[in-house]
Amino acid sequence: MSDNPTKVIVNCETGVTEVLPLTAQEIADMETARVAAEDQRKAAEAEAAAVAAAKESANAKLAALGLSADEIAALSK
Amino acid sequence: MATYTLISSNVLSSSAASVTFSSIPSTYTDLVLRISARDTNTGAIIGSATFTFNGSSGSLYSITKLIGDGSAASSSRRSSITSDEFYYPGANAGMSTNTFGSAEIYIPSYTASQNKPFSTFAVTENNSTTAGNSEIDAWANLYRDTAAISSIAINAYVTFAIGSSFYLYGI
Repeated sequence: MSDNPTKVIVNCETGVTEVLPLTAQEIADMETARVAAEDQRKAAEAEAAAVAAAKESANAKLAALGLSADEIAALSK
Repeated sequence: MATYTLISSNVLSSSAASVTFSSIPSTYTDLVLRISARDTNTGAIIGSATFTFNGSSGSLYSITKLIGDGSAASSSRRSSITSDEFYYPGANAGMSTNTFGSAEIYIPSYTASQNKPFSTFAVTENNSTTAGNSEIDAWANLYRDTAAISSIAINAYVTFAIGSSFYLYGI
């Protein structure tokens, strides 16, 4: 966070734009939201990586059983 | 045929932690928010901006995500969260210099007295096939509130960089 974070408020009715300093509570709320979103993003990436690894492992095992690449691909269609 | 009317816009002349459109008129059928943004944070290749409607802080939002991360496609879901979000580029050395991400948030029937589904499309292009270094998003979202949407607050990952632009259209 920068030293003096600001917020921009655009009033659609009047067309007036204000630039105001954030309150301490607003800074805390934004940090909470940022951390939560980042945690979710990392969890989603880890889940996607785990699924990709599991698929690769499964395909290798199927190939070892004698299935062709076309047959393995057909299983997921 | 949809007619886009510019309600308000803002192009940042200095970095800002948030941009809010307030007193949105209720005279349109749909709202479209178009954003071109980059963050000042050097720790993030891609960061998440959060946004809320009507200043709400309750667990009113849900997102079903389709994501391309530069390497693979995936899907995920978040339910009953306190804000919605979109991803955009940071200022990490791993991100192309001066690259801005694009996002479009389409909110149909924003004055309807019912819960409001809406869509988010966003892209952060980094000319990279490394997982997590680029992102293409197509998300279906739900805002569970029956009040008309009269304000939208968009909060940066840290701060939106100079030149980030925000355009709100009525349809």
